[in-house]
Amino acid sequence: MSIQNRKEATANSEWAIEARGLVKNFGDNRAVDGVNLNVRAGTIYGVLGPNGAGKTTTIRMLATLLKADEGSTRIFGYDVAKDPHIVRQLIGVTGQYASVDESLSATENLIIFSRLLGLSRAESRNKAAELLEEFGLTEAAKRPLKNFSGGMRRRLDLAASLIAQPPLIFLDEPTTGLDPRTRNQMWDTIRRLVKTGSTVLLTTQYLQEADELADRIAVIDHGRVVAEGTVNELKASVGTSSLHLSIQNPQDIQDARQTIEQVLKVQTSISSEIGKITAPMADADKVTDLLIALRQKGIRLDEMSVQKPTLDEVFLTITGRGAEDDASKSSNESDKVEEERV
Amino acid sequence: MSSSTINQVAGRQLRKKTSFKQSVSNSLTMAYRGVLKIRRTPEQLFDVTLQPIIFTLMFTYIFGGAISGNVQNYLPVIIPGILVQTVITTSIVTGVQLREDMDKGVFDRFKSLPIARIAPLAGALLADTIRYTIATVLTFTMGYIMGYRPEGGLSHVVLAALLVIVCAWAISWIFAFFGVIARTASSVQGISMIVLFPLTFLSNAFVPADTLPNWLQWFVKINPISHLVTAVRDLANSGTVGWDLFASLIGAAVIVAIFAPITVRAYMRRT
Repeated sequence: MSIQNRKEATANSEWAIEARGLVKNFGDNRAVDGVNLNVRAGTIYGVLGPNGAGKTTTIRMLATLLKADEGSTRIFGYDVAKDPHIVRQLIGVTGQYASVDESLSATENLIIFSRLLGLSRAESRNKAAELLEEFGLTEAAKRPLKNFSGGMRRRLDLAASLIAQPPLIFLDEPTTGLDPRTRNQMWDTIRRLVKTGSTVLLTTQYLQEADELADRIAVIDHGRVVAEGTVNELKASVGTSSLHLSIQNPQDIQDARQTIEQVLKVQTSISSEIGKITAPMADADKVTDLLIALRQKGIRLDEMSVQKPTLDEVFLTITGRGAEDDASKSSNESDKVEEERV
Repeated sequence: MSSSTINQVAGRQLRKKTSFKQSVSNSLTMAYRGVLKIRRTPEQLFDVTLQPIIFTLMFTYIFGGAISGNVQNYLPVIIPGILVQTVITTSIVTGVQLREDMDKGVFDRFKSLPIARIAPLAGALLADTIRYTIATVLTFTMGYIMGYRPEGGLSHVVLAALLVIVCAWAISWIFAFFGVIARTASSVQGISMIVLFPLTFLSNAFVPADTLPNWLQWFVKINPISHLVTAVRDLANSGTVGWDLFASLIGAAVIVAIFAPITVRAYMRRT
């Protein structure tokens, strides 16, 4: 946990979120087990973890949707338990499942939320049109949401969270289940949001997403924050990318390993696939030397790839064991898409 | 991103509580949402359109001869009875739909907005008065087609209709409470029917109370449904206002006073 610059919380403080020792039990299951978070105003903060780690429960407690069993939260200095109504005037929440009305059209949804937030009828209509335009939904404005794609629904959801222009926005897994193109669009939207002065707290299962967006990241597992820091700090703790080499002729494999160990000065391992060597890649520049050395020895490569650390490896490094559940397996698969073929 | 420029905390007027005016306006907006939903899915109005027609025909022709000698004489007895029974049965739907609605993600957003806590509930209940109105109008129309000519005149019939709608709205708070605490929509239906069946049938809605055994008469006479039925009969058939009208309104007020707060509290506690 970062403890620098901790000061007594005052209203309108520089901290958008200060959470201390949050605990939530569901029966015997301790979903959140003493979470501390400090989020500086005007930044993007990523909460990273596998399914069931307690991310959604944490966000629900921060956003007044769920009462914490223990601990306290301040949003811009206002206590969530004591002044929930004030806190609700400062936040926008976009849930994991689209929190919009399925049976109504996009326009009707936005108008109703605007009216609830105290805008007049004319203002609400204008606001709805404005937001639909901005999120590229104008054409679909009158269609019932049943016919919306997942990406359109998420965009509408985010648009609905922005009606009151809240200074703090919670996004619970904003891109889970979206295709890569829509995911990139969502990332752009989130980045623009922060440029306008908003603070964003987002949860994600994808290391890449946290990497792309967040200024600071908290890694959460079994309801606890197991690591916290800037993206670079976290990456450094996870370690380096790894180099995967497939050798054409299996007889060369010992030779190849020796060469790699000599040139890169690291330990290598042979993975289960026949003829595949894995080595940590601390210095990408040295790979050139390695390739030349391999060519000189006449060792022919079948395939070569560089793989970034996966969420599984983050967990392995931080907690000493892999992320266990199915969800993280699927996220690993998507992380592997990053694998750069050479 | 002109529209999404963020208002910072310092520039905001923050209120600690919702004002009464805001609660009313929030509830009306939520009612508007309910009306839009009804308009989008008109098929959910089948029950309120068919039930008054079928029940009125069925009960009048089955019981008419046995209870009042003929159908014509039975109409002033049965129409108010059927009306109360139908409209109040309709109010069960409020609880069932509230349960279905609450399971959807949109209720999370309602909870996270700085609006009156009671608004999503009050709005849903208010929108459902449209159903009660449809059921009421259809029941009276069916009666009229079958030859019912209320002697109280149109104005008193309208008053009677309003009375039934107001009471059904009050009673719907009970089912809304079940809707909030129950696990599934079908269990709301189940609990509500068990409560409502004895209440509507063990009343003077279909038969005169003095034909019943003594111990049952005792219950029928204290049954609030009986008071409501009698109040509707007085208004529609003779244009008079009696103690039963006040008893019904007081009963309705008591139900709202008890169930509205506990329903809102249960709603807030639900995750």
